[in-house]
Amino acid sequence: MAIASREFRELRLERMSRDFGQVRALRDVTLTVKRGEFVALLGPSGCGKSTALNCIAGLLAVTGGAIWLDDQRLDAMGPEDRGFGMVFQNYALFPHMTVRRNIGFGLATQHRPRAEIARRVEEALALVRLGGQGDKLPGQLSGGQQQRVAIARAIVVEPPLVLMDEPLSNLDAKLRLEMRAEIRRIHAMLGSSTIYVTHDQEEALSLADRIVVLIDGQMRQVGTPEELYALPASADVAEFMGYRNLVTSHAEATNEGVAVTVAGARLIGTPLGAVGERAAVAIRPDDLQPTPDGPISAKVEIAEYHGRDFYAVARGADGTELFFRSDRRLNAGDAVRLAAAPSRVLVYAA
Amino acid sequence: MRRGIGEKLWAIAVWALVGFFIVNLLAMIGSVLVNSFGTRWFNTWLPAGYTTQWYTLAWNEFRLPDILIVTVEVVGAVVLISGLIGVPTAYAMARRNFPGKPVVMLLFLLPLLVPPITYGIPLATVLYQAQLAGTIWGVILANLVPTVPFVILVMIPFVEQIDPRVEAAARVFGAGMGRLFMQILVPLLTPGILAALLLVLVRTIAMFELTFLTAGPTSQTLVVALYYAVFAAGVRPGQSIDAMAVIYMITTLVWLLVALRFVNPTQIVTRAKR
Amino acid sequence: MALRLRLRERGLDGVTLLVLPGVLFVVALFIYPFLYGLALSFHPKQGGALANYAKFFSDRFLYDTIATTLLIAVPATLLNVVLSVPVALRVRLMRRQRLLTTILVIPITLGTVLVAEGLLTYLGPRGWLNRALLEFGLADSPVRLVHNYWGVMLSLVITGFPFTFLLTLSYVTGIDPSLEHAGAMLGARPRQRFFRILLPLLAPGLAITLALAFVQAFTVFPSAVLLGAPAGPTRVISIAAYQAAFEQYDYPLASAIAMLMAGVQVVIIAAILGARALLFRGPASSGKG
Repeated sequence: MAIASREFRELRLERMSRDFGQVRALRDVTLTVKRGEFVALLGPSGCGKSTALNCIAGLLAVTGGAIWLDDQRLDAMGPEDRGFGMVFQNYALFPHMTVRRNIGFGLATQHRPRAEIARRVEEALALVRLGGQGDKLPGQLSGGQQQRVAIARAIVVEPPLVLMDEPLSNLDAKLRLEMRAEIRRIHAMLGSSTIYVTHDQEEALSLADRIVVLIDGQMRQVGTPEELYALPASADVAEFMGYRNLVTSHAEATNEGVAVTVAGARLIGTPLGAVGERAAVAIRPDDLQPTPDGPISAKVEIAEYHGRDFYAVARGADGTELFFRSDRRLNAGDAVRLAAAPSRVLVYAA
Repeated sequence: MRRGIGEKLWAIAVWALVGFFIVNLLAMIGSVLVNSFGTRWFNTWLPAGYTTQWYTLAWNEFRLPDILIVTVEVVGAVVLISGLIGVPTAYAMARRNFPGKPVVMLLFLLPLLVPPITYGIPLATVLYQAQLAGTIWGVILANLVPTVPFVILVMIPFVEQIDPRVEAAARVFGAGMGRLFMQILVPLLTPGILAALLLVLVRTIAMFELTFLTAGPTSQTLVVALYYAVFAAGVRPGQSIDAMAVIYMITTLVWLLVALRFVNPTQIVTRAKR
Repeated sequence: MALRLRLRERGLDGVTLLVLPGVLFVVALFIYPFLYGLALSFHPKQGGALANYAKFFSDRFLYDTIATTLLIAVPATLLNVVLSVPVALRVRLMRRQRLLTTILVIPITLGTVLVAEGLLTYLGPRGWLNRALLEFGLADSPVRLVHNYWGVMLSLVITGFPFTFLLTLSYVTGIDPSLEHAGAMLGARPRQRFFRILLPLLAPGLAITLALAFVQAFTVFPSAVLLGAPAGPTRVISIAAYQAAFEQYDYPLASAIAMLMAGVQVVIIAAILGARALLFRGPASSGKG
């Protein structure tokens, strides 16, 4: 493919921070993004991920720390000079320009020759599979199509880094899945580095090479999707990554692991980090299985049919809410017994 | 976004321009104010001494009490009538789509787009034929021409903001048109009505051309009387004219401040639907 | 009964009738006088149907007023509109705009008569402005700013600029800020962002502002009389109309002049809006499907 990204080795964020008056929106974000990597910034609303992206883009100044692209220090530069591509959440397509002029805008500001711009725009249109739509105005396109134009516009300038700010959040579910595949395909084809902001952990897990979890402006964990899925570093991250069963409990070290109490039953779990007397216990719904002789006894309150299996909410003997899955039919009022493998019961310091 | 040197210089230039404008504006108002209180003022920055004699003089010479009463009557009538006609009309325009509605909308837009002098002269001619020119009712009718459409255009978005299902609910529970209006619509529309009528008030106090073309000697509003005073400036001492100007300023600005508690400054200016 | 239902389908019922008072009012007091004036202009006191118009264009004292008015209105309007753009672009970045917009709304509220009187005092030979000019050595003797063209110009700027500024500000704030961010990310410097993104999106709104501001300036009256030189350099067309009506009691001629005023305004507004139609008129957001 003719479109390829520029040479660079790495983008380094060194203790990048951003304050808004008294509010510290970002604190000491330190990260190295290598060429070709797809990094997701994941976190709940207000965690600072969009702020981080805007700082990298240059749309916001950093109030502490530095940003380096190889040997070049970026944080004093304006966004016009950094040469990154950006896909905005609301697409930000220029409504008064055709698709072609939108895509070619970054090339036009570089004063490239007309023939070159036309050629590169055609290639970009083909890449995002919008050939033939070049003369339409953004208002005449559907959401998904506008999204593709936004992506084409960002990559046609062959940036070393593409920044994406929750690009799929305005699309409906089906379109979102389609566009996710598109983004993956384009990333693979171009080999460009991407920093992708999202609050959807499913999106992050499916797209990223590495995920950075941000909560309250701080990095809480950096790792591969597998690491984040199976071994979240703290109770906060676990909660965000879908460990819906979260209880506090007494913890007792034993030979087999750490013994904790969940819903009145004794379970053995895996400690992550130093665990004292009180602990936070996290279990995924998928890891909490109904078994005939499981230690936890509970009564089903809600059972939702999800096609392949049931998603259930049950209440334990001591009133704790438990979330689990079952491939056999469940009804409200059923009594169940639940168990979880020790490696899947994560225990954190409380 | 961060700014370079060029951007910063440009910003300074723009703020300097704005500052210059405001300083001159305030100085202009200030000089009228100071002059109205000055005894003699020739080649110095400030008058030789201060007095309130000009206000007493203006009060009597320009028959200000009568004029103020006329102004109150005219403005009051205009506010009331434009509200009474404008609000129901706005309701109908907001709630009904009838054939010819765009034409009617244009009809209400025109008096706001066409400047008062242009339609004021033909209007004055017609009022003259109807024996209304020179009377207070002539002045009131003339001033109503821009204010009724203004109320309509300002109120339409306020009516549209009320969920029609609220009205439907009232009907389901048995409310007739009158009750619907008085107990549901008017209370919900009160902020909008207040805003619109206050704006009408401010604009009518300051409305010169229409009153000027239709008023007689006993039906002048304050602004028209001020015009005549300035026009015949050689006859009266300048300070007393400025005293009258100050009284006018206070009248308008007081109502402006009241109006601004309910509306945005932009709405005073935006006459036409954007 | 069926008729009533069918009418209601088309939006015609009791409630629709509520528009009637407003409609009748505008027709009676706006449309009718206009048509009456139009008709009257073709029934001059002496001569054939077009005598009034012929008189206007043969009398130098009369037809010069068009040029005089344009000479005042066009520069004032252009100045007010052009200046409003950079100021609005700066002010929209401010957090507490309200104080500024409130101060700027004052001249509009006070009206042209008060501004005229104010300028007579302030710009007069003994007023503070001349005093300042002399004090700072910027002039040797008081500058003549009243009872001439310049006084009227300044009054049009004082009352006109806030108007154009507030309108332009409302258009400018309607433009999605992420469009500028996107432009910056794509390498566009502030100047490029202004000419390639902001200005094309502002242009339709600026055209409307231009038209409205022009109309205001073209019909200038009290300033031209009080602050200008109504006998000569600032004898604007509204003065001619007024004099015809209230000094010469020649209502047909006055109506003709009023019609001509309206005519000139229509021509210029049509030209402005025609130019606007050639520009983009879509939404100023990022057009989400």
